[in-house]
Amino acid sequence: MLDATQNPPLPARSGVGYKAQHYSDIMESPGPLGWLEIHAENYMGDGGRPLAQLRHLAERFPISVHGVGLSIGGEGDLDADHLARLKHLVSWLNPASFSEHLAWSTHDSHFFNDLLPLPYTPKTLDRVATHVQQVQETIGRQMLLENPSSYLAFAESTMSETDFLRELAQRTGCGLLLDVNNVFVSATNLKTSPQAYIDDFPLDAVGEIHLGGHDEDEDETGAPLLIDSHGKAVVDPVWALLDYTLAKSGPKPLLIEWDTDVPEWPVLADEIERADRALSLVMS
Amino acid sequence: MSNVTKTIVLASAVASAVAGLSTSAAAEGDVKCFGVSLAGANDCAAGPGTTCAGTSTVDYQGNAWTLVPAGTCETMELPAAADGMARMGSLEALDRDLPA
Amino acid sequence: MTVTQTAFKAAMLDPAAAVPTGIVNPDGAAASKRFDVYRNNVAVSLSDALEAAFPVVRKLLGDEFFRAMAGVFLRKHPPKSPLMMFYGDAMPQFLGRFEPTKKFGYLPDIAKVELAIRHAYHAADATSADAQAFGTLAPDALMGTKLRLAPATQTVTSDYPIHAIYRANTQTDAPKPVMQAEAVLITRAGFDPEIHHINAAAATCIEALMKGQSLGQAMAIADDTLDLGAVLGLLLAQGAVTEIY
Repeated sequence: MLDATQNPPLPARSGVGYKAQHYSDIMESPGPLGWLEIHAENYMGDGGRPLAQLRHLAERFPISVHGVGLSIGGEGDLDADHLARLKHLVSWLNPASFSEHLAWSTHDSHFFNDLLPLPYTPKTLDRVATHVQQVQETIGRQMLLENPSSYLAFAESTMSETDFLRELAQRTGCGLLLDVNNVFVSATNLKTSPQAYIDDFPLDAVGEIHLGGHDEDEDETGAPLLIDSHGKAVVDPVWALLDYTLAKSGPKPLLIEWDTDVPEWPVLADEIERADRALSLVMS
Repeated sequence: MSNVTKTIVLASAVASAVAGLSTSAAAEGDVKCFGVSLAGANDCAAGPGTTCAGTSTVDYQGNAWTLVPAGTCETMELPAAADGMARMGSLEALDRDLPA
Repeated sequence: MTVTQTAFKAAMLDPAAAVPTGIVNPDGAAASKRFDVYRNNVAVSLSDALEAAFPVVRKLLGDEFFRAMAGVFLRKHPPKSPLMMFYGDAMPQFLGRFEPTKKFGYLPDIAKVELAIRHAYHAADATSADAQAFGTLAPDALMGTKLRLAPATQTVTSDYPIHAIYRANTQTDAPKPVMQAEAVLITRAGFDPEIHHINAAAATCIEALMKGQSLGQAMAIADDTLDLGAVLGLLLAQGAVTEIY
């Protein structure tokens, strides 16, 4: 599926979700930064500073394009205009990776700007697989699909999330993006074991690992309800889950996500260094 | 104006426009700043908690709208559309398409 | 007990609606507060996008009012595209019809200015034409000469002093707006859009040029308050003319 002109894959180093306010810091003092991830939709304008910055960054760093608007789990057809914009972006940027989410966000041509949940059934699997294949054919490369943060369950689900993702990867040839914070959030919210999830996850298919911070809340029964806010530092139990994962998977590209209450660059640089230390434990 | 006069007016306008230009080319844009790029950026973060904007609905339909604008519009003393400036076409559309 | 996305969407946008049957917590019980996470995410993220998009409208109406109004707007006009940087196209029309704001007749035009600035920010890059090319044209040829303008170039025309209102809400020490009709020209020489005060005749002339009409046609269509030299000087100085042909 890879052709000779495609950029090399993401390095097994630590990257960060790019925020425009850090442009100068990243160009002048990147520290251990190994690569950058951008949200595809923010670079789908026709020109101006966002694309100019991206061109400069791409000369220095491997870039991962992370989509948040394709609605791959949507009941309806994929948005053809959006697919065309994605194809255009991936064609000119030639990124090291493209990834999206196991979620839906558009219905009846309205976009809700959130990653909405799916029941895990054979019917959902068929639909998502068709959409993943369509995306991969359109952009001419493999994509990664990310496990979601779950706040609730569907009574109709008949498959585990890990079975769903494994089957999807086998059917479509897509890779997986493993967000260990999402694993921790979902396991806490749904009273399951995060380690058991990792044990059952098809780690061979993982092309990238995400790390991020979450908020803590409670549901009406007093049970913990963690929220994937990306507004805080990664917590120790999630770092421990990363170590647990890397010990099984070996080195993978790691990404720090911090999207709300974004701190100054040195705070992110510290998180990147901590991720690097986790990687160094499994580098031989 | 005759065509000749128009041509003269245009020629002198062009001449004054070109003459008024400073010789320095338009500044190269600064790629470093982020400007209005923050407007409406996409990301994959969840909002805070469960109890904010999503659950306390703004009940406009049920006449529960009690807020009044409290920004700088209150101090500008400009005439309103309906009673001051005549804005043709704006009045008949008022009752259509009210927020549901 | 299938929960369709139609049912999910309807309950998500209406906090008074029941959570769809089949959405459960880990014990298999109904999960209303867990469903509220999505209600909240959607409302907060879209409200945040509107606040970022319309800072001057927000300042005019006040933070609390704007936030509440955003809750009404986002339910009536959810985004039609995943590009959040362009969310809010319907805001001018909404402000003109929303009962609590419609008395402020200038608000729709201020929202149009803020939309135009964002479109200018993301518009295609353009290389400006060499103004000296004008010097090579014979005076007789000027009437039929056309200008191609940079994609970022836009005008907004109003019955209200929109430039003064915009300036008074974005700059310190700007004078208080006085009632008069104003138009604005938005250009982008580098990466930052700029807003310029022009009169209605200048806006008419520039709009004609944008439609591909000649200098002669654009001059004829505007009334005699047009200062064509000033209009051309402004367009050239801002790098807004990309081709003279």
